[in-house]
Amino acid sequence: MRKIAVALVLALLVGACGDTAEPNTTDATTAAPTSSAATTTATTEPPVTAAPASTVTTEPPPITEGYPVTIAHGTGEVTLDARPEAIVSISPTATEILFALGAGNQVKAVDTQSNFPANAPITDLNAFEPNVESIAELEPDLVVMSFDPGDIESGLTALGIPVIVQFSALSIADAYAQIQQLGAASGHQGAAAELVGDIEATIRELNDELAGRDEPLSYYHELDNTFYSVTSATFIGELYAVVGLDNVADPADSEGFGYPQLSPEFILEVDPDLIFLADTKCCGQDAATIAERPGWDQLSAVQNGTVFELDDDVASRWGPRIVEFLQTIAAAIEEYEANRTE
Amino acid sequence: MTAQPDTVRPATLRWGWMAAGLGLLIGAVLLGVVVGPAKMGAGQVLRELFGSLIFDSPSDLTATEQAILWELRLPRVVLGGLVGAMLAVAGGAYQGVFRNPLADPYLLGVAAGAGLGATIVIVSAGDGSTALLPLAAFVGGTVAVAAAYVIGRSIGGRSATTIILAGVAVAAFFTAMQTYLQQRNLDTVRQVYSWILGRLTTTGWREVLILLPYVIVSAAVLLFHRRLLDALSVGDAEADALGVPTGRVRAIVVIFATLGTAAAVAVSGLIAFVGLIVPHTVRLLVGSSYRSLLPLSMVFGATFLILADLAARTVASPAELPIGVITAFVGAPFFGLILRTSRRVIS
Repeated sequence: MRKIAVALVLALLVGACGDTAEPNTTDATTAAPTSSAATTTATTEPPVTAAPASTVTTEPPPITEGYPVTIAHGTGEVTLDARPEAIVSISPTATEILFALGAGNQVKAVDTQSNFPANAPITDLNAFEPNVESIAELEPDLVVMSFDPGDIESGLTALGIPVIVQFSALSIADAYAQIQQLGAASGHQGAAAELVGDIEATIRELNDELAGRDEPLSYYHELDNTFYSVTSATFIGELYAVVGLDNVADPADSEGFGYPQLSPEFILEVDPDLIFLADTKCCGQDAATIAERPGWDQLSAVQNGTVFELDDDVASRWGPRIVEFLQTIAAAIEEYEANRTE
Repeated sequence: MTAQPDTVRPATLRWGWMAAGLGLLIGAVLLGVVVGPAKMGAGQVLRELFGSLIFDSPSDLTATEQAILWELRLPRVVLGGLVGAMLAVAGGAYQGVFRNPLADPYLLGVAAGAGLGATIVIVSAGDGSTALLPLAAFVGGTVAVAAAYVIGRSIGGRSATTIILAGVAVAAFFTAMQTYLQQRNLDTVRQVYSWILGRLTTTGWREVLILLPYVIVSAAVLLFHRRLLDALSVGDAEADALGVPTGRVRAIVVIFATLGTAAAVAVSGLIAFVGLIVPHTVRLLVGSSYRSLLPLSMVFGATFLILADLAARTVASPAELPIGVITAFVGAPFFGLILRTSRRVIS
């Protein structure tokens, strides 16, 4: 089922690229990329001192092989005439994907939350409250964002800056699609296919190895210390399902919102086999702090030492570190089994 | 000014209403302890409660169920009662001291100040250690009210209106700073909101122990002043003529209502409407004499918040709803109904 979805997304993507590539290729090679609009108008105006022709020749020639491409993304389509060399990412996940694809040297600036990989060029751009002017000032030739609080996309588009919007992934298929989009946009389709293949392989392998239990283990995934959690309907929940774990938060979400706030009584009552803390950074929680919560010393996960501390970022992004996340969960299951057989 | 019968009659505490209120409170406590997301038999729960308190005969509850009862449910019910009583009595006292039916415990900026204090802690503690949050909320709340009071007095002397207006200005200023901090740090916005909407999820008995001394002291002081509040309700000039030190009474009531409210807000967040609708409901039921109004407000406030928290725990069970949403959603229409069905006029 999932594979069909991925194949569909891929087909759509390739289809979209193929359709527009043919008629536009000639246009793109004759006319230089977006900056050319400014230079051509400049040539008609004599007072400009610097010769426009010379400024164009001093820049490295834009890579146009395989371009233009049209990318279908979260809010529509965007066409790139040449390989972007000054990408601004205000999405931590997109930053991770771009660097994983080998497009890191095309990334000019990233937002304050893009803390991985360490060599990502962090600036004070705010991912939650981006500002059109402060982004435009960086003269990007592509902006990637995961959230548009207002008219950021239309503002940048009006300035001639292409924008790709990639909302939070709701499924593994969404994550694959976004990797493919960024691969196509940055000129690293091959690497994108490889990365998706790696993730798929990990998922298949762990699914075969761990999902076949007669009695599935139950887990509680904690988002913060007020007991917000995720259900199986979320992207993270889907990853847990891959390794055959059963989510205790599912009954708490009749509306299908995906992120219910659980009653502390309920957590004690269901007594999950495994507890995963995705609030180690945000809220300073660890196995010791949760053991001190009222009544939590009764939880078998606390008593058996099957409380696992996750990296908040890895457990909330839908990029290349999905693999790392899955391996952490798999290791946790193995530790649980080892404890039990002792 | 046509005096209402209730204010003219030398009103003592209305014992009938008090008995009814206490009966409701006991019922709410029992209901709150018996009902919850974790299903435990009512008989078992009551036997566990009273058995271990009186007879020392253990029930059949498992260790986990005992932990749920003693460390989660019971402290939460007690905390709800304390917070509800405190907010309601503070609201009633504020309405008296400012002779303003719209006054509630948050009138002079407690909420805005506490919100700023809480937001500063949540935002600046990068690792999310929020141990300082109650203290910061308490300090923020009291500082805001002190500022409002000082500014109000420096402008308008003893007039209640200038103090209220100063409170509005201070609250707007503190809210602006709080919103700025919150928006600059949107990664912690959920924690800030979850505090602002109010919650009674306890960490055991700790919150109860923090709040209890404040409630005892400030409720005692407010109840002690209930006759003076009656005198004050006829107007500053008339109260002066009766020999009531209006300025001092107002200052004392504001100080202790603020201390109690700030302590309640510090452990439970901003729970809306309790301080407004409970005293008014009581007023419409038993009349506007503060001798009855303040003690009954405490009892009804405790009952109301325990039931509201019961709804917060069970309506979407096993998920939780923010209690501030329940108090406003249930409280506002109920209040409207009370207003409509009552022929009496708010004094």
